[in-house]
Amino acid sequence: MKTVRVLIVDDHRLFRSGVRAELGPSIQVVGEAEDVETAVRTIAELEPDVVLLDVHMPGGGGQEVLRRVLGAGSQVRFLALSVSDAAEDVIGVIRGGARGYVTKTINGTELTDAVNRVAEGDAVFSPRLAGFVLDAFASTEAPPIDPELDSLTTREREVLRLIARGYAYKEIAKELFISVKTVETHVSSVLRKLQLSNRHELSRWATARRLV
Amino acid sequence: MSEIPDATPAFPKLTRPMSGRVVAGVAQGAADQLRLDPVVLRLAFVLLTVLDGLGIVAYAALWMFTPREPSERVDRGRDWGQVAAYSLVAFVLAAIGLLSGAAAGGVATWPIAIGGIGSLILWQQADPASRQRWMNSTVGQVRQTWVRAGVGLLLVVVGAIGFLVAQDQLAQASTGLMFTAVVVGGIGLIAAPWLASLWKELQRERTERIRQEERAEVAAHVHDSVLHTLTLIQRNANDPREVTRLARSQERELRNWLYQPKQDADATLAAAVRRVAAEEEDAHGVPIEIVCVGDCELDESLSALLHAARQAMVNAAKYSESPVVSVYLEIEPDEVTLFVRDRGKGFTLDDVPEDRMGIRQSIIGRMERNGGSARVKTAPGEGTEIMLTMKRTP
Repeated sequence: MKTVRVLIVDDHRLFRSGVRAELGPSIQVVGEAEDVETAVRTIAELEPDVVLLDVHMPGGGGQEVLRRVLGAGSQVRFLALSVSDAAEDVIGVIRGGARGYVTKTINGTELTDAVNRVAEGDAVFSPRLAGFVLDAFASTEAPPIDPELDSLTTREREVLRLIARGYAYKEIAKELFISVKTVETHVSSVLRKLQLSNRHELSRWATARRLV
Repeated sequence: MSEIPDATPAFPKLTRPMSGRVVAGVAQGAADQLRLDPVVLRLAFVLLTVLDGLGIVAYAALWMFTPREPSERVDRGRDWGQVAAYSLVAFVLAAIGLLSGAAAGGVATWPIAIGGIGSLILWQQADPASRQRWMNSTVGQVRQTWVRAGVGLLLVVVGAIGFLVAQDQLAQASTGLMFTAVVVGGIGLIAAPWLASLWKELQRERTERIRQEERAEVAAHVHDSVLHTLTLIQRNANDPREVTRLARSQERELRNWLYQPKQDADATLAAAVRRVAAEEEDAHGVPIEIVCVGDCELDESLSALLHAARQAMVNAAKYSESPVVSVYLEIEPDEVTLFVRDRGKGFTLDDVPEDRMGIRQSIIGRMERNGGSARVKTAPGEGTEIMLTMKRTP
């Protein structure tokens, strides 16, 4: 497997060096950035495969980086990495274009795994993100505007449930008698729905979470 | 306009609905409020337009001052067939009026119409919801309300004066009116700057007070929890296990404070599960990760589920040797499911002695006694997952 080139974007120096030390040998950290401006510039310069993106940063946070980099047509893949559990942050960066969301408590092996997965174009869901998605897609009585995008299939629901229960992709595959590749396909499809669905329930749900 | 049904205590604020409108939704909005058929109002507007063009003025005024109905639906656009129909009616009426010479409504109709529009605008302001918003809203909205009220007032005054002029009564009333106007104007001039500064001061003070209260709350919280924990961590610096436990429990507490809805820990199931997990995490020093989907009130059978869940968490934290325990709670309309999973050493269910209370009695037995079920999935080296299911009582 070829080495994945990673850029770490986070405003805490200690955290950046911690991540650098934890990532496995299959990953090469090509640079670091500590705010939105440097992040945007460094991504353009280094063209990493994957950007590990902190959600809260001076100058607009991860969402601003996503908006500017992806808005300029870049194909860089983002994995959001944050201490925040707030629904609006989680849903926000995913809607902003990140390919996954993991919390900073994740251990080195899992993080390496997640980075590799994102580098291959798959999606990475933490249990909490899976829970949020299930909650957001369930909390509606209104009929979906676009049935293809606005609701989850039974299989996708099953996969998300297992992720929320703490199963790894391999364990999900075994549990559902499908291949790991199929699990990845389902998760990617959920990610696509999450990003493209126009359902205002999604954003309303996330905001309502914040207000309470 | 005076007949408002008693059935509705507060009439809705006049808005312009975007669906089903013909031009701008004014007639339909007003009809909704007056509980009339919009056709009646539309015809009235058309008729008034033919007479002296009043209808169009009234319509334009209402269009300006009536907010759009808040709607997330897509704007369907207007019904052009209806527009054509009403235009045709107007055209025919105008033709008849011109031919018969009856269109000259006379100057006297103007003041009445203007006064009417003014009262409508004022009346429209006067619903409790808008007053409430006016009381505690941003300055921008307040300003908008003021402008509207001012224009309404002006229109009423103009209407009244116009009426007096038309009735040739103005000469008698003018002395008194003039006096009042001068006095009110004078007082206004004197008091205006003072009132304005008072208003500004009040606003400033309010924001300041809110900010101070927030700061005090944050400070109190940080002091009670974070500083306290930091002290404890320094004191226990040589006990890594205790330090981890302290940090973890502080983190959880801070997270709850920042991100979780403020709720009574015993009112809803999700909150109760979080509380139980927090207690067991503290007691055994193993992180328990929780994901909740949905929520519901806690009742008796769900309390049983909660107890069983606690037992499952204790088992996982105490015996499995798993670095982390995952708890997943899903509340569906007719059923509640809770999973407790660890990646620890697992066991063989048949090897558990009959007299061991933990799994058989506290989990499986308790669930079954309360009309639920429990399923244990485990094998040596594979970790353990306990699934608890309980039907919801409606």
